[in-house]
Amino acid sequence: MLNTSTKTPTGGFSFENTRRNAVLEANLSEKGYSAPNARKTGTTIAGLIFKDGVILGADTRATDDMVVADKNCMKIHYIAPKIYCCGAGVAADAEVTTQMMSSNVELHSLSTGRPPLVAMVTRQLKQMLFRYQGQIGSSLIVGGVDVNGPQLYSIYPHGSYDKLPFLTMGSGAASAISVFEDRYKLNMELEEAKQLVRDAITAGIFCDLGSGSNVDLCVITEKTVDYLRAYDQPVQKGLREGTYRYKPGTTAVLTKTVTPLTLDVVDESVQVMDTE
Amino acid sequence: MMISSRVFGDNGKVKEYHYTGPVEHKFSPYAFNGGTVLAVAGEDFALVASDTRLSEGYSIHSRDSPKCYKLTDTTVIGCSGFHGDCLTLTKIIEARLKMYKHSNNKNMTSGAIAAMLSTILYGKRFFPYYVYNIIGGLDEEGRGARDTYKAGGSASAMLQPLLDNQIGFKNMENVEQVPLTLEKAVQLVKDVFISAAERDVYTGDALKICIITKEGVREEIVPLRKD
Repeated sequence: MLNTSTKTPTGGFSFENTRRNAVLEANLSEKGYSAPNARKTGTTIAGLIFKDGVILGADTRATDDMVVADKNCMKIHYIAPKIYCCGAGVAADAEVTTQMMSSNVELHSLSTGRPPLVAMVTRQLKQMLFRYQGQIGSSLIVGGVDVNGPQLYSIYPHGSYDKLPFLTMGSGAASAISVFEDRYKLNMELEEAKQLVRDAITAGIFCDLGSGSNVDLCVITEKTVDYLRAYDQPVQKGLREGTYRYKPGTTAVLTKTVTPLTLDVVDESVQVMDTE
Repeated sequence: MMISSRVFGDNGKVKEYHYTGPVEHKFSPYAFNGGTVLAVAGEDFALVASDTRLSEGYSIHSRDSPKCYKLTDTTVIGCSGFHGDCLTLTKIIEARLKMYKHSNNKNMTSGAIAAMLSTILYGKRFFPYYVYNIIGGLDEEGRGARDTYKAGGSASAMLQPLLDNQIGFKNMENVEQVPLTLEKAVQLVKDVFISAAERDVYTGDALKICIITKEGVREEIVPLRKD
């Protein structure tokens, strides 16, 4: 007999879990606890179109409220061989949304028999985000090169999008866009464009508390994709003068139980390692 | 986001305007400006350290706004929290110090300042000063309180456990408990702030240490991460 509990998703809203979430939150608050907050990336992400393609940039700090949770996270996600996406907002939402999109895009391009279009990725993303009415808190910058040339789109959590030659998103967007507005020109050369994106992300790193650590860049042209992880490190960690290592015996041992394991040799094999 | 059910009634027509009752608007008199303060005392010294970043929300107001205020030659106070209340509180303390000097013909001791601060703060029990205070200083004989330490402000939860371990020798066994020297204390304070700046977004830019000895108050400034 057919399993009728799995339904194919119809268009429109899917709020299956809202009642369950409300009950969970009520139960927790009765006991005095609060539901865990979604960790936001508190980010600076930027993208621009230059003469030969698209450059995407991002900082690498992930925050949990106002504590740094990850000093070197990756915010530029792969979607297709020539299409990458920067994600700001809730870290899990950005990560899972782009992963889902990546698999959908691969299926779609197998079905069409053509390399994927950036506009197609944008449309799928915005349709999904609108369907969830902003509950998926991810702001994305999608950039890539396809048959129509280099393109750059930004998508907001509620599902609206913009198509522009340069874009910034995240909590450090204001700092980064000021750098772009000052120095952006059409048809810039590669090195000048890389420097500009680096400067914009650096402005976000220094002037926004939610952004920090390193600058990641992704340069996409018709011929190549260059994922430059830690392209620039404008901030160095301070050098600590003391050493804080503990000698063995510093931690108190309360109980000690030794259980000998009697093992028999069953099989012996040697594998040569490839060491260079 | 427009919720259509609020504007349109059941029959599809736009709802008539009704007065729904008083609407509560909230104004908060406080703001959180970040910052961390730390005080350590040894046998014959005391030091009060703070970072110099002043922030609000996700922005930075100033990278050079220290939170240690020198009160007398033997006492320094560190205040972090709401900057408006920090400034007002230090102004009030300085005025009260002058009044004491004029009526008693001597400077207030560290202990007396701490007791006075307690009464000043309790006077505003029902509309508090949003300030985390730590007073560090030497007593009348020029002695500090041996091996005492306290952290306050935004990164206090990160600093306090490490100080408990390194100065208070807590959670450790078979360790020689050497009394704290000034050099070790300064090195510890610098290292601890470098680590706090890694993980707390409100802490950074620079660290200012006020070192109080019988010679007086000396200042040291150390740069921290600016991101």
